[in-house]
Amino acid sequence: MADQSAGNSGKMVKAWTEFMGWMDERFPLTETFEYHMSKYYAPKNFNFWYYFGVLSMVVLVIQLLTGIWLTMKYSPATAFASVEYIMRDVEYGWLLRYLHSTGASAFFVVVYLHMFRGMMYGSYRKPRELLWIIGMAIFAVLIIEGFAGYLLPWGNMSFWAGQVIVSLVGAIPVIGPDLMEWVRGDFLMSDITLNRFFALHVIALPLILVMLVFVHIVALHHVGSNNPDGVEIKKHKDENGIPLDGIQFHPYYTIGHDLPAIALFLIFFCAVVFFAPEMGGYFIEKPNFEAANPLKTPEHIAPVWYYTPFYAMLRAATFPLFGIPAKFWGFVVMAGAIVIPFALPWLDRSPVKSIRYKGVLSKFMLGLFVVTFFVLGYLGTIAPSPVATLIAQIGTAIYFAYFVLMPWYTRVEKTKPVPDRITVSH
Amino acid sequence: MNSTMRKTKNLLARTALMALMIPGAAMAASTSDWPMEPMKPNLQDLPSLQNGWRLYVNYCLGCHSLAYQRYERTADDLSVPHEIALEQLVFTGQKIGEQMTNAMPEDLAKQWFGAPPPDLTMVARIRGTEWLYNYLKTFYIDDSRPFGVNNKVFPNVGMPNVMAELQGVQRSDCVQMPKLAANGGEMRDPLTGAPVTEERCGQLVVDEGTGLFTEEEFDQAVYDIVNFLYYTGEPSRLERHRTGVFVILFLVILYVFTFLLGREFQKDVK
Repeated sequence: MADQSAGNSGKMVKAWTEFMGWMDERFPLTETFEYHMSKYYAPKNFNFWYYFGVLSMVVLVIQLLTGIWLTMKYSPATAFASVEYIMRDVEYGWLLRYLHSTGASAFFVVVYLHMFRGMMYGSYRKPRELLWIIGMAIFAVLIIEGFAGYLLPWGNMSFWAGQVIVSLVGAIPVIGPDLMEWVRGDFLMSDITLNRFFALHVIALPLILVMLVFVHIVALHHVGSNNPDGVEIKKHKDENGIPLDGIQFHPYYTIGHDLPAIALFLIFFCAVVFFAPEMGGYFIEKPNFEAANPLKTPEHIAPVWYYTPFYAMLRAATFPLFGIPAKFWGFVVMAGAIVIPFALPWLDRSPVKSIRYKGVLSKFMLGLFVVTFFVLGYLGTIAPSPVATLIAQIGTAIYFAYFVLMPWYTRVEKTKPVPDRITVSH
Repeated sequence: MNSTMRKTKNLLARTALMALMIPGAAMAASTSDWPMEPMKPNLQDLPSLQNGWRLYVNYCLGCHSLAYQRYERTADDLSVPHEIALEQLVFTGQKIGEQMTNAMPEDLAKQWFGAPPPDLTMVARIRGTEWLYNYLKTFYIDDSRPFGVNNKVFPNVGMPNVMAELQGVQRSDCVQMPKLAANGGEMRDPLTGAPVTEERCGQLVVDEGTGLFTEEEFDQAVYDIVNFLYYTGEPSRLERHRTGVFVILFLVILYVFTFLLGREFQKDVK
């Protein structure tokens, strides 16, 4: 018996080896797997902050899968009713919808944390400038993707938030009104507008998103991962050319590090999906349970929480300049807030990468930046008042100061000596 | 000026006045500082949900559709046999699989009430159950309004008090009420020990014997309707909670195993 089973498994191994040989002659399967997984050496000192890259991928997959099934049932022609049809008449439709709506918020949670990690440890510094820029492009596309998706239920908040954002285009001098009409495809928010945002949301933008994520990973594996110490592990290699401070990404990070983290993340994620999908009106806003009504403006128009820091900055511009209305400057400020982090690799002039070895000024500015981002996020959710607007204006100034002053404060401060090799705490 | 002309002029003036007044009514701000009584919905309470459904089709459905919710789904979820549902609850000759719509023409409804009565399938998700419960209980006589009633929670609302026959005639009056001390307790006269009262205005009082229901019965009826609307807002809510428990349990077990597996791999990393 034992001999027979050994013989069987021997045959299986032989068949598998033959199959892989056949494959590898025609497609670099083993080579690709080794390059990106089993022979990709990642620094061994990854900490908590290094979960959010893989979690972004997990959420992307959740969004793609639930999105495909939602598209099978959603119809832009009966948008609002078709969402309620999914919620009531489609088997597990409510689950698909809540996974997708919670996924949208979760996407921004993990992406914001992922970006913060990069800012903290200087992951945008040479040679990872392009990696950072691709990442920022993903963020920019994600913002538009999220906005397009937010319109699709065609609830009253979808309608009015869409109205507000699309009308920003109209504030551009000279060409604004015509451009706005072109974006909307109509003289007012209509089915035409909804249909084009549907097309963008389900085809154009996800396609770009997936391609950018692919390129992001190719670039990452080309330059290698940064780490909390901000030292290059490629400087110290053994006789086989393997970084001394690196470990194989697969299986040590895939199974040893990421898999339990994914399970833990899914516990939190599903807790929201099953027990608090509206998240107190922050993930799904109450006015959006009412069908779009061009004659009924919601008492207070606010975007979903993940846009509120930028929305607060948009509203912080309250005065016209050079004869151009404030609305346009708000648009410029908001767009600028999204664009300026692209320049981070060239704004940071510090001799060190990681916040661990930077000086007091950098630490203070990063802390201030985070607090400001939260304060702006809160201000974006509340109705405007003179005090709130003033705080938002100060917040906007701090937000931009973090970037604009960076070449100065990263150069004048006293940094700590960077170790030659990574420090492992455990 | 003959009488016909005067009548026409009078009518025109009144129409203009109504036209100005009513849309304002329907659009009026829905915020008030009325002290809200709490309302905790209970989806396990089937008799309450069934009674809420019964009251809804009798008092509300004529104007307010539930256009996203089907009779059949409701009957199944609320354990009402289809025959009984068709006999007792479907007044429109519709089939059991159809949605709870009504025949109110939107354009005419707009003329009658200033705004067409909204669909209420998800009203509990928009307003919240507490708001609905207090709203339905706080209609009171107000002759200045087109339908003779006003509302404490939604001032100047365009809706008539459809459940007046159950509740009775409710007025907003000045009444003697126990005076509250600074510590929140009822004030008493230090000599006689008798409660100290003060006159408070704007309090709701029902004329005794004018309603079919007692106060408790009416409160329960309103509770049942709001509970039912809480159900229609999201009919899958109970299933969601039930499924969620198993999903979370599965994930916790998955986490334990992946954690132990991961730990084995991490032992290799020095």
